[in-house]
Amino acid sequence: MFDTVAMPLQSSLDSLGALFFQFLNSFGFIVLATVGLAIIFGMMGVINLAHGEFILIGVYGTALPYHAGLPLPIAMVVGVLVTTVFGIIVERTIVRHFYDRLLDSMVATWGLSLIVAQLLLIVFGSSLDSISTPLGNVSYGPFSSSIYRSILLPIIAVLVLAGLYVLFTRTEFGIKARATIKDPETARAMGIDTDRMYVITFAIGSGLAGLTGALSAPSLGSITPNRGGTFLVEAFVAVVVGGPSVIVGTLSAAGVLSVFNATGSFFVDTFFGQMLMLSVAIVALRLLPEGITGFVESWRQRRRAEE
Amino acid sequence: MSKQTSSDGALSRIRELFEGPNTLGNSTPFWIAFIVAVVALAAYPQVTDPYTALQTSRYFALAFLAISLSFVWGYCGVLSFGQVAFFGVSAYTFGVIGINFASMTGATAALVGAVAVGTLAAAILGYFMFYGGVRDVYVTIMTLVVALVLNTFMGQTAGSEWAIGTARLGGFNGMTNIPNLTVGVGEFGIVFQTIGFYYAALFGLVGTYLGLRVLLNSSFGMTMVAVREDEERTTMFGYNVPFVKLSVFTIGGGLAALGGVFYASWGNYVDPSVFSIAFAALPVVWVSIGGRESLLGAIGATLLIERMRTGLSSGIGPVGPEWALVIVGGLLLGVILFMPAGIAPTLNDLKDTLLERSGRSPASTPPEDSVK
Repeated sequence: MFDTVAMPLQSSLDSLGALFFQFLNSFGFIVLATVGLAIIFGMMGVINLAHGEFILIGVYGTALPYHAGLPLPIAMVVGVLVTTVFGIIVERTIVRHFYDRLLDSMVATWGLSLIVAQLLLIVFGSSLDSISTPLGNVSYGPFSSSIYRSILLPIIAVLVLAGLYVLFTRTEFGIKARATIKDPETARAMGIDTDRMYVITFAIGSGLAGLTGALSAPSLGSITPNRGGTFLVEAFVAVVVGGPSVIVGTLSAAGVLSVFNATGSFFVDTFFGQMLMLSVAIVALRLLPEGITGFVESWRQRRRAEE
Repeated sequence: MSKQTSSDGALSRIRELFEGPNTLGNSTPFWIAFIVAVVALAAYPQVTDPYTALQTSRYFALAFLAISLSFVWGYCGVLSFGQVAFFGVSAYTFGVIGINFASMTGATAALVGAVAVGTLAAAILGYFMFYGGVRDVYVTIMTLVVALVLNTFMGQTAGSEWAIGTARLGGFNGMTNIPNLTVGVGEFGIVFQTIGFYYAALFGLVGTYLGLRVLLNSSFGMTMVAVREDEERTTMFGYNVPFVKLSVFTIGGGLAALGGVFYASWGNYVDPSVFSIAFAALPVVWVSIGGRESLLGAIGATLLIERMRTGLSSGIGPVGPEWALVIVGGLLLGVILFMPAGIAPTLNDLKDTLLERSGRSPASTPPEDSVK
C-alpha cells in the first residue's frame, strides 16, 4: 500500500528518519480510515460494514469533479458533501431500523456494501484515472517520502481527532449526543430530539468517511471499485483494538498498530508489515477483549473500588 | 425415517430423535415432503443435462458452508464471517495432500486430513476467542480478519518457493490438479466424478442435516440455544459457556471443512478468492435469507441463490451478469429489514397462524421445502 523504498541500512540516522516517516504515513492512514467508523460504532453502537464503500464514495466524489476540471481542494469538498448526503439517506432508510440489533446491522450494511461497490463498477467502469499526489517529496540521504502522505495527512488526522474532542466534550451538541447514547429515554424526557442526534452523529461519521476518501483520492494510485476493502480491514482492526472510547481508542490503536506496520514494512516489505499488524491485532484482542480503552477503563474502576 | 404415520413404537422413537423445539418441521407432512424433495433431487441428474447437474453438485458443496453458519450463528449466536476460512484451509490442505500422494490411498488420506486440519483451525481460533473473553461483534470481526489475512497471504504465494512438496500454492492463479474425491485403499475404492460426485455431495448433505437435527434436539442442543438466548444466565446455571461455544465453533468449522473438500475436488482447483470479502459474504447472505434458525432454510436459500447467480452469469434480457451481486445485496437488505428471521421461519409462523385461523386443516406443503 505504501512504497517508501527500503534500502540496506547505510546511515542509521537516515533510516531512523525513514522509519519515522513510514510510521507517520501509516498512522495518518489508519486514523483517517478509522475515525468515521469509530464515531458511528462508539456513539451509536452500529458497526457500519459499508464503511469502506462510504470512503470509496468520497474517493469517487472527489475524482470525478477533479477529472471534470475542478481544482483538487474544491473537488475534495464535493466528495465530502456527497458522502455526507449519502450517509444521511442511508441512516434514514436503513440504519435507523437497527439501533438495538448489532449483528443485524452488520449484515444489513454488508448487503449495502455489496450493492454500492457493484453499482460503482457498473456505472463508472473498472477504474478511474489516478490523481497525481500533490506537494512532491522530501528526501534525506538515500530515502524519500511523500510530503502529502507522511506529513500533511498525519497532521490532518490529529486535527480531526482534536476537533472531534472539542465537538463532543465542549459543545451543547456534543453533550446532547453523548446523553442520547448513554440513555436515550432519559435524554428524550429531558427534551432532546434523539432522532435528530442519531442522524447528525451518523452524518458526521459519514462526512469523516468522505473526508478520508477525498484525502486518499490523490494517494491511492488507480481508483477501482474494490478499494473499499483496504480501508475496511484497517479501520476494523483499529476500532476493535482501540475499544469503546472513540478518540483515545482511535489514537492509541493507530499508534500501536502503525509501529508494527511501519517496522515490518521498513525492514521486510509492505506485505510483511500488513501481516505483522493484523497478527498483533489478533493477539491484542485475545489479551484485551475490550480493546485498549476498555482495559484502561476497567483497570481504573478496579483501582477506584480498591480505594 | 418412514413416511408412515403409524404410532409404531420403534419408529416414533427414532422420529423423536430428529424432532424437538429447536428445529422447524416436526410434522408428518414435513417428513413426507422432505423425502419427496430428496428423491426429486436424487432423480434430478437423470432428467437434466450433465452441465446443470454438475453445477447443482457445486451448490451442494457450498451448502455445507451455509449449514455450518446456520449451526454456529442461528443456534449458538456466534456470528462468524470466517466460515470460509476453514472451508478454504481445508480445500488447500486437500490439494496439498492429494497432489503429494497421488494414489487412491493418498486421496482418501487427503479427505480425512483436510477435514481434520480445517476442524483443528476452527478449534484453535475458537479457543483463542472464547477462552479469551472475546464476544459479539469482536468475534465477527476477528473471524473476518482471519479470512482476509489468509486471502492476502495466499495471494502472494505465486513464486515457486511457495510449494509444499510437489504442490504449488500458486498465488492468485490458484492451485491446480487437485485430485477427485476418492474413498479407497490401494487398488480398491471409488472415485466420485460428475454424477457420482453429485450423489456423494447430496447424501453427505442429507446425512449432515439429519445428524445436526439429532444434535440440536439433544440436551447439548438445548444448551447451545440457552447460550444464544442468555449467556449470563446459562453460566449461572453452571454450564461452561466458553466450552459450549468452542465445541459448537469446532463442529461448525468441521462442517465448513467438509464443504471445502467437496469444493476443491469439484473443480480440481482452489484459489485465494475463497478467502475474499465477496465470498465470505455469501454464507451470511444465504443464511440470513433462508433463515438462520432453520438448517433447511439455509440449504434451500443456498441452492436457489446460487442457481440464480449461475442463471444471471449469462444475463437475462437487459440484466447482465454484473447485476447479480446487486440483486443478492438487495435481497439481503430487504430480508433483514422486513423479515429479520429469514424466509423459512417467517413462512413457518405464517403457516401456524393460518392453521390456527382455519381450525386444524393440515398444511399441504411444509414451509421448509424450498428445495428446487
